[in-house]
Amino acid sequence: MTQKQANNVTLVIVFLAVTAVMSIFLPDKFLTVINFQSIVSQFPEYGLMALGIMLAMTTGGIDLSLVSITSISGVTAATVLVQYANWGLPPTVVIILAIVAALAVAAACGILNGLLITFANVPAIIATLGTNGLFLGIAIVVTKGSGISGFPEEFLVIGNGRLLGIPVPFLIFIGVAVLVGLLMNRSRLGFEMRMLGASPTVSQFSSVNNRAVLIKTHILTALMAGIASIIIISRVNSMRPGYGSAYLLITVLIVVLGGTDPAGGFSTTLGTVLAIVTLQVLTSGLNILAFTPFFRKFIWGLLLLGVMVIHYYRRRYYEKRVTQAARNAPPTPEGQT
Amino acid sequence: MGELFLEARNISKAYEGVQALDNVGLSLGKGSIHCLVGENGSGKSTLIKIIGGVVTSDAGEIVIDGGHFHHLSAIESIREGIQIIYQDLSLFPNLTVAENISLNQMVERRTQVVDWKEIRAIAERALVELGEEIDLNILVEDLSVARKQVVAIGRALTQNAKLIIMDEPTSAITREEVDHLFEVIHRLKAKGIGTLFVSHKLNEVFEIAETVTVLRDGRKVGDYDASDLTNDKLTFLMTGETIEYHPYTVDSQVVSEPPVLEVRNLTRKDEYTDVSFSVRRGEILGITGLIGSGRTEVALSVCGLNQPHSGEILVESEPVTIGSPRKANQLGISYLPEDRLTQGLFQHQSIGDNTVIAILRRLLSKLGLIDWTEKTRVQDHWVNELAIKTPSAEVSASSLSGGNQQRVVLAKWLATEPKVFFLDGPTIGIDIGSKSNIHEIIRELARKGMAIVMISDEIEEVRNNCNRILIMRKGRIAGEIEDPTSVDDAEIFRQISGKNGSEVPRT
Repeated sequence: MTQKQANNVTLVIVFLAVTAVMSIFLPDKFLTVINFQSIVSQFPEYGLMALGIMLAMTTGGIDLSLVSITSISGVTAATVLVQYANWGLPPTVVIILAIVAALAVAAACGILNGLLITFANVPAIIATLGTNGLFLGIAIVVTKGSGISGFPEEFLVIGNGRLLGIPVPFLIFIGVAVLVGLLMNRSRLGFEMRMLGASPTVSQFSSVNNRAVLIKTHILTALMAGIASIIIISRVNSMRPGYGSAYLLITVLIVVLGGTDPAGGFSTTLGTVLAIVTLQVLTSGLNILAFTPFFRKFIWGLLLLGVMVIHYYRRRYYEKRVTQAARNAPPTPEGQT
Repeated sequence: MGELFLEARNISKAYEGVQALDNVGLSLGKGSIHCLVGENGSGKSTLIKIIGGVVTSDAGEIVIDGGHFHHLSAIESIREGIQIIYQDLSLFPNLTVAENISLNQMVERRTQVVDWKEIRAIAERALVELGEEIDLNILVEDLSVARKQVVAIGRALTQNAKLIIMDEPTSAITREEVDHLFEVIHRLKAKGIGTLFVSHKLNEVFEIAETVTVLRDGRKVGDYDASDLTNDKLTFLMTGETIEYHPYTVDSQVVSEPPVLEVRNLTRKDEYTDVSFSVRRGEILGITGLIGSGRTEVALSVCGLNQPHSGEILVESEPVTIGSPRKANQLGISYLPEDRLTQGLFQHQSIGDNTVIAILRRLLSKLGLIDWTEKTRVQDHWVNELAIKTPSAEVSASSLSGGNQQRVVLAKWLATEPKVFFLDGPTIGIDIGSKSNIHEIIRELARKGMAIVMISDEIEEVRNNCNRILIMRKGRIAGEIEDPTSVDDAEIFRQISGKNGSEVPRT
């Protein structure tokens, strides 16, 4: 079993444990189709952001401007939707235009972050803290601080619709998660992101174009926020800059919970997804039990600390085993070189 | 040997079933200069840790000045006058020289109030005793490694040291600084303070030691008078093998061929000036010089990591500009960096991932995704080809020994199929046995037609393995040796240091 698999097994066990506890204590409220539909339509928006943070963290960085990118691209989409609906274009065209505009703005934000980090040599945490204010500021100025609402009926399907009983946001999330998984496990970019996160110096010496990899990473991270913004404004049928600012810390928590090394060089998409789902199940259960949000945070903190401790011991055990295996490997045959 | 100061008797120690030390004994005389040598994993670190009380032995006893200890603790060891200076020196870089020297004594006294006068006084006393002068107010991080060593020795003196154990003290300092360190050790000896010198650099062992104790695979091979040993004999004692070097020669035809790589008048301000050289297929060109002579800087420039200010680089007679390592790679130039741990190896990534990082493009399927079967094939191929000792290519590179880690870095570059391969310090920190294996790999590559440029400050290494040697001094090419078999190490050393006559060479 590799370290990655062991990591995910831990998370599956935690997920099953949480689900089991909820099912035993709340059989008639928790184990219902409606509850599960509500669970899977709630997490995609911050789940996408968590995937974005995971990408940045894999390279040893972070993106603290993620929620603000959601705001600025959400405002962009909302503006397009409201304006162009009056121009007599068919709704589908307007919706596509809005989505493209939102993603383009998100990508531009990602490029700016990437340029600051690679060319101005600002550490990711500082650069994105700066752009966080910048992006949010622009979003607020554009909307003059008030919300934008009243989107075409067809647009609301993205956030509220169902396909064969499955909420559309969940389908979008699954699709994106599969692509991210492919990116991380099977693409050259994903491979280089991981190696760069492990050591930027070694990757530079290994002829990896560090700058290009980092800029691409931040674009992808920002695109996750862009997609999340579409789901959010569709679900609530309005856009207000600053929406979801509480998500930032949750997403960082999820990614670390999922087994990504904040120092870079190690991440698992499946682990992140498992962490997202576990947290949402826990939250829903606590909601049904009518716990206050403060108690919910307490439970989250407890869960995070618990999984960290498990990760620590598992990693230590794993390293010990590998070292022993290497020691017991057959010796280098003489003269074979 | 004179009067005994310390005796370790029948020491054994096992870690997780691996016998690190097996019934080893060591006797050190008062004020003697003793050398402990052995390859990595021979047990020398474990032995000094047991003497320092940091590690408890499973069996055996330690006798210090007549007192018997079965379980020596670190505090007891220090009270008995034993001081260990580890390779990292354990100094506080953000504190001054005075603070670093006197800290241990201040802690020992358990004073709660800082007496700055006393701190300076203690430090001054220690430096006077050593016969050294260092500004007491300077921060330790601003000192050279050699000066830091003096601070560490000074700190040891404040605790009434009778025996100072130094772990690999010469690994990061220049030749002149080594001479200076040896002077200090002799001054200590005159005061009756002994030194146990732990090293695997053979030449220095002969220069400083009176007695040499050799360990191999956790067992003691024996105690020898330094005057009775030769380089070859000591190598044999350490490895149990005789390693013979045959000079590397190239086909005379090769010399007439056009060079694969030619460098003309390359200059980078403050680093090197007017450097010209060429290398042909099948050649192993050595470049040697002191730290700061420009040897590494030139190589970095040719490999796209350090832009030259002027001059020309020609690959197969075509002028080229090499702006990045990727470009160098495309032109068939690879660079194995000097510092394996921070520049060459992704320590916590798998051996396989380390092997393929520079050739990912070749592993892509039609869909643009990495072909996992092909990746496995490539990484397994290199594990076999270079005989990397591992249960699988999937395990982390950090689990390997230094020699095997270097093979992984070699594999990464060999996978790119370079035409010209720069190897900067290819065997730094690698055991003698592994070292000759790696040299053999390099020779085989050259025999198959690769052009190799080997950069090293170990004169012996370049003389034994290269068919031509360039000597760099102060940023310039100071000389070229066409036939390394015609000169001895002393002559090369003279050229490197630019001194004539009496200087003692490194061997």
